[in-house]
Amino acid sequence: MPKISIQDLKKIKEREKAKMVLREGQFRARITVHMGTCGIAAGAREIMSVFRDEIARRDILDVMLTNSGCAGLCAKEPMITVELADQSPVKYVKLDKDKALRIFDEHVVGGTPVEDYALARGSETMAT
Amino acid sequence: MSASPYYRMVFMMCAGTGCIASGSLDVRDALQRELTKRNLQDEVQIIMTGCNGFCAMGPLVVVYPEGIFYNQVKPEHAPLIVEEHVLKGRIVEKLLFKEEAAKDRVPLMKDIGFFGLQRLIVLRNRGLIDAENIDDYIARDGYAALGKALEEMTPEEVIDEVKKSGLRGRGGGGFPTGLKWEECRRYSNFPKYTICNGDEGDPGAFMDRSVMEGDPHSVLEGMAISGYAIGAEQGYIYVRAEYPLAIQRLQKAIVDAREYGLLGKDILGKGFNFDIAIAPGAGAFVCGESTALMYSIEGKRGMPRIKPPRSAEAGLWNQPTNLNNVETFANLNPLILNGGEWFASIGTEGSKGTKVFALTGAVNNVGLVEVPMGTSLRSLVFDIGGGIPKKRKFKAAQMGGPSGGCIPTDLVDVEIDYESLLGAGAMMGSGGVVVMDEMTCMVDTARFFTNFSVDESCGKCTPCREGLKVMFDKLTDIVEGRGEEGDVEFLVELGHHINGTSHCGLGKSAANPVLSTIRYFRDEYDAHIRDKHCPALVCPDLIDFVVIDEKCKMCGLCYRNCPSSAIIWEKKKVARIDLEKCTKCRTCISNCRFGAIR
Repeated sequence: MPKISIQDLKKIKEREKAKMVLREGQFRARITVHMGTCGIAAGAREIMSVFRDEIARRDILDVMLTNSGCAGLCAKEPMITVELADQSPVKYVKLDKDKALRIFDEHVVGGTPVEDYALARGSETMAT
Repeated sequence: MSASPYYRMVFMMCAGTGCIASGSLDVRDALQRELTKRNLQDEVQIIMTGCNGFCAMGPLVVVYPEGIFYNQVKPEHAPLIVEEHVLKGRIVEKLLFKEEAAKDRVPLMKDIGFFGLQRLIVLRNRGLIDAENIDDYIARDGYAALGKALEEMTPEEVIDEVKKSGLRGRGGGGFPTGLKWEECRRYSNFPKYTICNGDEGDPGAFMDRSVMEGDPHSVLEGMAISGYAIGAEQGYIYVRAEYPLAIQRLQKAIVDAREYGLLGKDILGKGFNFDIAIAPGAGAFVCGESTALMYSIEGKRGMPRIKPPRSAEAGLWNQPTNLNNVETFANLNPLILNGGEWFASIGTEGSKGTKVFALTGAVNNVGLVEVPMGTSLRSLVFDIGGGIPKKRKFKAAQMGGPSGGCIPTDLVDVEIDYESLLGAGAMMGSGGVVVMDEMTCMVDTARFFTNFSVDESCGKCTPCREGLKVMFDKLTDIVEGRGEEGDVEFLVELGHHINGTSHCGLGKSAANPVLSTIRYFRDEYDAHIRDKHCPALVCPDLIDFVVIDEKCKMCGLCYRNCPSSAIIWEKKKVARIDLEKCTKCRTCISNCRFGAIR
């Protein structure tokens, strides 16, 4: 792997930003499972497997499944964020296997957020 | 001269036949004019796309990164959209598609107290990146600050920027970071070292853990910038052994950074060498003290040493060494990219920027919060924390862990900054905030923290080693019913001796929990000593375990939950506790909703 330059940093950023914006048609949706120590302790690994299995079972190719660190509201873990290409991201809290399956079915595949388990939509406020 | 402008927002406008027919090109022109008028053309990109599908509601504009879907947009809406959404970040409600009912009933992050009142600098990437993917970090301006520093700034200019920002050490000491770096740079005894303190020993604090696990590259980048500034080519991250996930994520981050040449020799082709190694701790709170930490890295026993010389002059292996906390380092990327003046525009006069707090205890929204300095404790506990659960009342907030003190109800409007907290007898500390309700005994709390300090004292100083043990024994006497008149005065005098004559930060502040609780909750100590009663009903030896007939609502909850079958109760009768069988486990007290047991 050749060493990168400052120009390369900019190129990587553009490339990744494009992926994340979800408009290139490559991905229709992104599920982020929050897996800091708090999430893992509350059972996030199980939630991750649920999604992985569903994606495999249904042979879905256009849903991105990824993880991140702690989302901040440790009291309500396990938490996930579901972002569809044409909606603001929705944060779900206090999940278990059954809730995760319902969210996958109704929101990720169906397109309608599951109000009952949703905490909030949108993004956090940056200070910049 | 930039190669391509960085767009912070993208308008995806539909240019399918349907929308063109309803005028989408005119809307595009109007938006472009408005953006140019406000000099925003380099920040907001307009892209014409193919048919969106929802022709009946055209012209359509989808705004990224939020993914807000505006429909039936007209050219005359352009000034409104630019003013409200682009400049102020407020969604133009009237242009939103209304029929998707679920979307409306799920509130916006901004409107939820917990998230809406936070301002993220240190935690800017939380929930948004895969911590094991360096490209995710780079996509959000990762390593751009290091690039800017190496390409456009001298080490002295970097230090100047940090000084201008007013950034103070986030580990608890609050020493101005810029000054520390400036002093370290002065010495020309090589090699020099820069160390990240990831020991985070305060009980209840997990801010640093979250950053190390969730955004390890922000720490690496901060350390590289500090290395450039002071002239160090080797950095160490001291991570406590109790954080295996943090160690794993940091290790992966270091490997990935090395692969990209962001650590190692000739970083970014700018002739700067810098590498980082991880030094795990082994379970000692005292190794969070900077000089003890350095001895620990050297393989010696973790005991603090006498200063001078300060570590900036002679630290690790007697070489000039800079040491900063995880959170301090994580601030550097935005600080360098946006400038010291921007950083200084947030916070109070003496305390700039934001602070991350670990909000725990008797509060609804337990978690990590980052707020501008100067936010009130009341806002932190009630607006962000969501208040006290089970309809109980706020009693105090412990800030600063075993080195800190309590803020009682009367002072809940205190503004959180380094000086105001010291004035109230507490301290910022590393950021742990333990909220307490009326079921918390302050004497018991003081005893808990004192016990912790007794265990963690390195043993070098008699006041700390012996004094804390005496203090703990005296507190044990008090909670077990052997308190005597004069004990409080004794504790105060002893506490001042310990704080005043111990060598390191541990000892210098170990008596704070006791001194602070005596200052604000003297009546509780008196009740324990004179009345042999614990008002909060926590200390088992000072509870009568008798039902107050007038308050008993005859619900039977205590009876149903008692693990020793020590409660006698029938429907429509007041409960009674059989003291022969009672083991003083307090399950009945925790269950009773009417305070009917004393």
